[in-house]
Amino acid sequence: MERTTLDLWVGIFVVGGIAALVMLAMKVGNLGTYNMSDTYQVNAYFTNIGGLKPKASIKSAGVLVGRVTDITLDTGRYEAKVVMSLDRRYQFPRDTFANILTSGLLGEQYIGLMPGGDSEMLKSGETIKKTQSAAVLEDLIGKFIYNKVDEPAK
Amino acid sequence: MPAANTIRIIGHRAINAVWRIGMASRFFVLTLLYSGSSFRRFRLIIKELFSTGVMSLIIIIVAGLFVGMVLGLQGYETLQRYGSESALGVMVALGLVRELGPVVAALLFASRAGSAMTAEIGLMKATEQISAMEMMAVNPIARIVAPRFWAGVISMPLLAAMFSAAGIFGGYFVGVVQIGVDEGSFWSQMQAAVDFREDILNGVIKSFVFGTVVTLIALFEGYDAPPTAEGVSGATTRTVVTSSLAILMLDFVLTAIMFRGN
Repeated sequence: MERTTLDLWVGIFVVGGIAALVMLAMKVGNLGTYNMSDTYQVNAYFTNIGGLKPKASIKSAGVLVGRVTDITLDTGRYEAKVVMSLDRRYQFPRDTFANILTSGLLGEQYIGLMPGGDSEMLKSGETIKKTQSAAVLEDLIGKFIYNKVDEPAK
Repeated sequence: MPAANTIRIIGHRAINAVWRIGMASRFFVLTLLYSGSSFRRFRLIIKELFSTGVMSLIIIIVAGLFVGMVLGLQGYETLQRYGSESALGVMVALGLVRELGPVVAALLFASRAGSAMTAEIGLMKATEQISAMEMMAVNPIARIVAPRFWAGVISMPLLAAMFSAAGIFGGYFVGVVQIGVDEGSFWSQMQAAVDFREDILNGVIKSFVFGTVVTLIALFEGYDAPPTAEGVSGATTRTVVTSSLAILMLDFVLTAIMFRGN
């Protein structure tokens, strides 16, 4: 089989295409940045998750420690059950506080973990007991208005 | 009776369209059936990869660069009103990887390579090269159609990936280098928002589907063209029109399946 310049061009084409794909995967996508190979699952129940979505980030002290994997409605207690995958490098005490926060005023929602003081650590499959739901802007405005109405006229 | 005549024409067109779809499906199955022999003679596919893929490289990369630059410019214009110009990278990357990369690359591919395929095969038919092959007991689908088909299917995802990559660099150039959006947030927000499986892989699947459809339409139109100068020119036009419409319609269907609610 003889070599021709045609082969070289086709080779350049294929290598260029694959290089573009790799560049998209590594530089543009999240494949190269956060690779959670080893995770453990923790559940948490919230009365209202607001706009939290699967794959939302979980942060502690601002550091990304995991992702939300699944959100379902638990019909036993009518609360949202959020399954979180946390990086195995990070362990949290059992009385960790899970909070749904918003990045910026209109940004996306994420879960913030505030570690407690328990000496025992959360294990895979366990549930975080202390949670705080998302602050829904409409509710806050509603409360504000009602408080104004309740105030006695001066 | 002009009304009856109109109805007759419409009915004729409709039946004809269904007929051609059936023929195209049979043609597709035949192409797949006879592709085995063209994989054994891989040199034929390499030759076609050169004329469809390599020759489309420059138009794809230059177009991608400019599309990305326009996206960067327009995106900045809108995003800076809300003070979120740091999300420019996300906008450019998602727009390119999900939609514009596969679609625009496929449209360019249809007009650059698809029309050439149709004209080539139509002319082969007009000059009776295809009949001559059949006389020599060479299967024209195995010898002519299948290598071109696989070259198109292989090169389309690669071209779309290069289009997206070039576009992202175009957006980077305009947004970061020219306008002065923060480089760190441009890339980091992009990486946080673009998912490999959800966005990039779905884009690749899209361009794979488009490659199959465009190449199939181009080859079928060429193979089915009336063996006259007029027939070949008409078939070439039909290739570009039909495949462009097919790309845009399929894109809607694929997007609805892939990116619905999340």
